[in-house]
Order: sequence, then structure tokens, then C-alpha cells
Amino acid sequence: METAAGVDACLPIRSDMDLVWVRQHVRQAAGLLGFGLVEQTKLVTAASELARNTLVHGGGGRMETAGLTNGHTRGLRLTFSDEGPGIPDLERALGDGYTSGDGLGMGLGGARRLVHEFAVDSTPGVGTKVTVVSWADRSPRPRGEF
Amino acid sequence: MNHDLSGPVTGHVPVLRLGDVLLVTLQGDLHDSTAQQLQQDIGETVAGTGVSGLVIDISGVEMVDSFLGRVLAEIAARASLLAARTVVAGMRPAVAITLVELGLTLPGLRTALSTEVAMDLLAGSDPASRSGGPRQESR
Repeated sequence: METAAGVDACLPIRSDMDLVWVRQHVRQAAGLLGFGLVEQTKLVTAASELARNTLVHGGGGRMETAGLTNGHTRGLRLTFSDEGPGIPDLERALGDGYTSGDGLGMGLGGARRLVHEFAVDSTPGVGTKVTVVSWADRSPRPRGEF
Repeated sequence: MNHDLSGPVTGHVPVLRLGDVLLVTLQGDLHDSTAQQLQQDIGETVAGTGVSGLVIDISGVEMVDSFLGRVLAEIAARASLLAARTVVAGMRPAVAITLVELGLTLPGLRTALSTEVAMDLLAGSDPASRSGGPRQESR
């Protein structure tokens, strides 16, 4: 069995080059934790959307990854944080079709559908933190539990 | 389009001309600026060569997020204005599943399951067909 080494990390998100490292790290970590190909692809795609949000709307920040265990199931938690302007209207930002800035990305709503657990903490003028969790095993579990 | 020089461009994207069709093969994890450069290059190549078709092979692409999805759609839209038809070939099932859940179904994009089918589609007699070719698993 692999240990958490290679899974837990903190990566900067400062340029579009960093988005490539973020995707590669998430793919690698999900692979180590035993994610199937579809779940791996979903999580990598969600990470790409959220990291781009951090870069474009948050002015840059970081992604922290942590391996999780729940019984025999292993999961991956990704936390994207920035010290940007924050999200003024979270309800709207989570709705479909909401974009701000240059209109890149499907917004938070798209990324939320790709993961098992999703939480946003945003304070205008202070920053935004988005935390997502996916599990290697697809069995349903309570949402919002970190 | 801004020219981001902050990072190295990762990899080259080969663009091959096969008769009246341009074949572009995307591989691995594309840097945003590589994708944007490709978008520009393809537009110029289509206009310069006057080809009537464009096949973008994404069978080697492990992830399509909304940015790359948008780039593909814009390449197809530009090619269409330049009188060339675009077929995106070989999308992996995991990528297709993810795109739908993301909410990005790219309705304007013509697809085929392989480059070979895409070439047939462009050479084919039925240009109005939106079919992606026969599926292997259909019975």
C-alpha cells in the first residue's frame, strides 16, 4: 500500500503553467488512492476548473491536497484558497450559467457536480476557499462532511 | 488574445495535411497558451491551404475542461467561417462523461469515434449527417 507520501501537498497557483502541475498532481494522487478512471477524470477536471477560478478570479493562490480514509474507503480532499476579492453572491455563483470576468470556466456549479462533497467559504475583500472531496469508492455518503 | 510568455510552451502540436484535410493530434496535458496558439495557427493554416476539412484527434487527451472545450468549439467555429468542416475524433468515454456532468455538451461540435471514421465522414457523401459513425458496441 502507498502511504500519504505523494498525495499530501501544497501547490502554488500563480500562472497557467501551474494549472498543468495541479492537474498532474491530482491525477497522480487519485491514482495512488485507487480512484477509477472516470472518478479520476472528474476530479482532475474539477481541480482544473477550480484552480482556474483561483487564478482568474482570485488573483492566484494555492491548492492543498490531503489523503483521507473512511473505513476501507480512501478519498482525496482538495482545498483551493486565494486572498482575492471574494464572491459577492454565492447563491448566484453556484447556479448554472453564472460567469464573471472573462467568462472562462463553467463556474463553481459545474465543478460541484463532478465531486462528492463541496464547500465554499468566501468573504468579500478577504478571499475565497473552496474545498472538495471525492472518494475512490462511489457508494453514497453524507454530503458536507469533512 | 494575450501572449503569455511567463512559462514555457509545453509540447508541440503536430498539424498534418492529408489531401484536403488537416489532421491535428492533441496529446497529454495541454498548457492554456499552447491551446490558444493552436487555435490561431489552425485558423491561419485553414485559410492558407484552403482545405475543406479539419480533424482534431483527442484520443490522447486525458481531460477536457471548460477552457479546452471552448477552444475546440472556437476552432470549429473559425474553420466553419473559413469553409472547412471540423470533426473532433476519439474522445475518451471518461472525458465525455465528465463533460456532460460539467454541463458542457458542445452541441455544435461534430464528433467521430476514431480518426479513420472522421476522415470518412469528411470525405463522405452525406455532409448533412450528424452521425459520428458506427459504434462498435451497437448491435
